[in-house]
Amino acid sequence: MMLKLAATLLLQDPHEHAQSAHAAAETAGGHHEETIAGYILHHIKDSTVIPLHVFGFDLSITKHVLMMWIAAGLMLIFLPLIARSRRHGGKNRAINFVEAIILFIREDVLKNYLGQEGKGFEPYLLTAFFFILICNLLGTIPGGATPTGNIAVTAAMALLTFFVVQISGIRHHGLIGYFKGLVPGGLPIILWPLMFAVELLGLLTKHFSLAIRLFANMTAGHVVIFALLGLIFMFKNIYIAPLPLIGAVGISMLEVLVALLQAYVFTLLSAVFIGAAVHQEH
Amino acid sequence: MSELAMAYLAAGVGAAGAMIGGAAGISKLASAAMEGTARQPEAAGDIRGMMILTAAMIEGALLFALVICFLMGTK
Repeated sequence: MMLKLAATLLLQDPHEHAQSAHAAAETAGGHHEETIAGYILHHIKDSTVIPLHVFGFDLSITKHVLMMWIAAGLMLIFLPLIARSRRHGGKNRAINFVEAIILFIREDVLKNYLGQEGKGFEPYLLTAFFFILICNLLGTIPGGATPTGNIAVTAAMALLTFFVVQISGIRHHGLIGYFKGLVPGGLPIILWPLMFAVELLGLLTKHFSLAIRLFANMTAGHVVIFALLGLIFMFKNIYIAPLPLIGAVGISMLEVLVALLQAYVFTLLSAVFIGAAVHQEH
Repeated sequence: MSELAMAYLAAGVGAAGAMIGGAAGISKLASAAMEGTARQPEAAGDIRGMMILTAAMIEGALLFALVICFLMGTK
């Protein structure tokens, strides 16, 4: 049953699968929610806030889009303010906080992997870090949803990294030089086509895994929390409530940690890929 | 056992197997990182960076397997 929930999330195709899931899990279900499957699914999936159909395309403003706008708005409002107040001198807690985060990422991550030629990519990576961090943390607020729990959002971010990596590599080494540099040097010429195919595939899977990693980590936390809370409905007994609640609180704390970690890992891996494309010294 | 039931069972077992492999790999990595840090505390920062990087890559591979299991669970 759990697998089917997650599968429907991935494929965004709820109706048939939800029906069979309900048929399989009829033990649950009070009057309000159909079953635990429906309850969990309802809370994880995107829901439309403002329907909007343009030229036959479904561009409705969904909850995830709204949350992304909130994250972008927060970044657009607060980060320039903090930067400006930093430039005018003065040190308050907000400046220290943001500066600590930025320095942490720049020193530990970017300087090591990007080097001198990659310095132009720091703004993209820092922006990605803050955006993913705020998006992840929005899911922990009651009434908020996690935009990065939507495979489309994480796929878009991974696509951005993919294009940045390719364009930076091609700009540095030239079109032919970049693809030739993918394969490690010092190989017997017979093996070259095979290694080229392997490296090409590896390039695609590396970026695909960026998207999947972020998506799965964010969604898994939410699924576990809702499954634990659904246990209360399943037992239909109020006295069982403290146990799942304690579990849900624990998992929520873990989820905050995972949010931070996954934002950091996304930025780290993007920096590694950009650095590898720019310094192809196999 | 019906075919549908076997498919679900396979998806579940696949997810469990993937988890075993992933957790074993990451535990080995963590133990090596701890040992390295114990031997040379000055290298703790570098080791931590590499540990997180490789842990993320192992988990990425793990999540591939999980996605396949998800897809099996529906088809």
